Amino acid sequence: MFKGIAASNGIAIGRAHIYKKDTNIIRYEVKDSEKEIKRLEEAIGKAKEEIMLLIEHSVKKIGKQSADIFEAHLMFLEDEEFINSIKNKIKNYNINSEYAVKSVADDFSNIFLNIDNQYFKERAMDIKDVADRIINLLNGSKKSSLSNIKERCILIAEDLTPSETVQLDKNYILGIAVNHGGKTSHAAIIARSMEIPAVVGLGNITEHVKEGDLIIIDGREGTLIINPNDEEVKKYKEIQKNLFEEYDELLKFKEVNILDKNGKRIEVASNISRKDEVDLALKYGADGIGLFRSEFLYMGRESLPLENEQFEAYKYVLEKMQGKPVIIRTLDIGGDKNISYLDMEYEQNPFLGLRAIRLCLARKDIFKTQLRALLRASKYGRLRIMFPMISGLEELLEVKNILNETEEELKTEGIDVGKYEIGIMIETPSAAIISDILAKEVDFFSIGTNDLIQYTLAVDRMNKNVSYLYNPSHEAILRLIKKIIDNAHNEGIWVGMCGEMASDLSMAKRLIEMGLDEFSVSPSLILKLKKELDKIVNF
Amino acid sequence: MKKITVKVNNPTGLHARPASLLVKEASKFKSSIFLTKNNKDFNAKSIINVMAMGAVNGDEIILKVEGEDEDIALISIKNFIEGFEE
Repeated sequence: MFKGIAASNGIAIGRAHIYKKDTNIIRYEVKDSEKEIKRLEEAIGKAKEEIMLLIEHSVKKIGKQSADIFEAHLMFLEDEEFINSIKNKIKNYNINSEYAVKSVADDFSNIFLNIDNQYFKERAMDIKDVADRIINLLNGSKKSSLSNIKERCILIAEDLTPSETVQLDKNYILGIAVNHGGKTSHAAIIARSMEIPAVVGLGNITEHVKEGDLIIIDGREGTLIINPNDEEVKKYKEIQKNLFEEYDELLKFKEVNILDKNGKRIEVASNISRKDEVDLALKYGADGIGLFRSEFLYMGRESLPLENEQFEAYKYVLEKMQGKPVIIRTLDIGGDKNISYLDMEYEQNPFLGLRAIRLCLARKDIFKTQLRALLRASKYGRLRIMFPMISGLEELLEVKNILNETEEELKTEGIDVGKYEIGIMIETPSAAIISDILAKEVDFFSIGTNDLIQYTLAVDRMNKNVSYLYNPSHEAILRLIKKIIDNAHNEGIWVGMCGEMASDLSMAKRLIEMGLDEFSVSPSLILKLKKELDKIVNF
Repeated sequence: MKKITVKVNNPTGLHARPASLLVKEASKFKSSIFLTKNNKDFNAKSIINVMAMGAVNGDEIILKVEGEDEDIALISIKNFIEGFEE
């Protein structure tokens, strides 16, 4: 068994087809370099046309990410440094265009390969891709044989450029295994969006596999087996069958609405950390975004995100959800999540310290910037703003004051603010206990079970010595949850849950019986949860 | 010639999309526009050059502009790089 990098999910079983590129470019002298440059320009013109067609094809068939890749290729063909270097090579050395393109492309891709950053390293492949395209047009060689594959096979190659990957016909290419590349290489990205199982970074797999060998690739584990025995084939066929059935079965729940016994709709929403994850949420049929962790906009960088950057991110998610509700949680930092550039003081007890809303109230400048961005984005969809770690009424009132003040400021600046709702996370025992009072002040609650459990049971679940006490179904927790839901319903507001308990299928039935109105879980769990809830309400 | 230091503010650095937008912005000006990182010059009107710079978030790079519209070009490109947001 060979181990590589899992790049695209699924199991593929089939015969190997080894794809070899013709990399041999002959150098020869040309008499008339002007004429040779004309020939080059014609090829570049044709290459542009081809790429424009590819962009169109990608937008329609594969997705925007692939289209973006080819947009960049188009710019390479218009790049003065790149094109002039090729022309100069032809002029100065009287060499043929093919060779000039190849040598300039090699120089540039070496620069990329030497950058100490995976993203930029992988761009070397894009230069090669563009160069190959020009060369193929120059020497009139037929289109790469990939689109001519009309027999079902597993494609084995040293590497695949984006152009090569999009040519693959899903009906024939059962899986992909390549020597090079990583999870973020373009071939991997495209394979994922085409839903073809793929393993990359297999080292020198092309030297081990022979044409026609029986191959199994496991895109979940990143493994490959050459000429498996009957037992292995049987085992993987079984897994494959189960995966297909499971997926088909789950997809049926994408559009299913969950209604409880009283006809009340139960929302199944998605937790996301980055704006791009909204695509996954939609793919798996999320009824809304139940938690957008805005702190990720603040992390992995060296300064605070500007108002505009935040605004664009919120607007993006709201627009993508097309009127479905989006809960954005304001900055929840501190505790176990730190931001280096904020110079936060060392605390003995960070979980009981200056975290989440407390930090925002201490740093009103940061808080107001975020509120401005949120309010400006409000008119692009159905926004619900949620405040974390509220522990008392005064705190909530202060937050509401700042929010109102911010809204007034925007209005005096002549900036439109749309409709929005506000809610709080119930994750401290004090908030749970006075939830009847807090419910009068907001439009919704969302229960953050992870913190609620650790604060209520006084257990740090990361501490090995006491983690056995971390019990989500502890009677104290269940009573608190029941109390929160009852208090909310008494005031006519709804309650969601975005903590881990929401994704625990064994708890779903109890939560529904208690009257929970919304579950928010990670995108990949949405369908499984919908299936379970559907079973519960129809039982 | 005009020179100024600018700081990259984008979480993913000057990767394909911001790089292509930067090139489009730079190409609006007549002046020659170069970016210097680690003592190497990169042509701001070339997507391959800008990407080959491998600029990541927080990097400080020197912006050098020379030509008839250098003043306006300097300010525009500086604002573009520092204000680019995704």
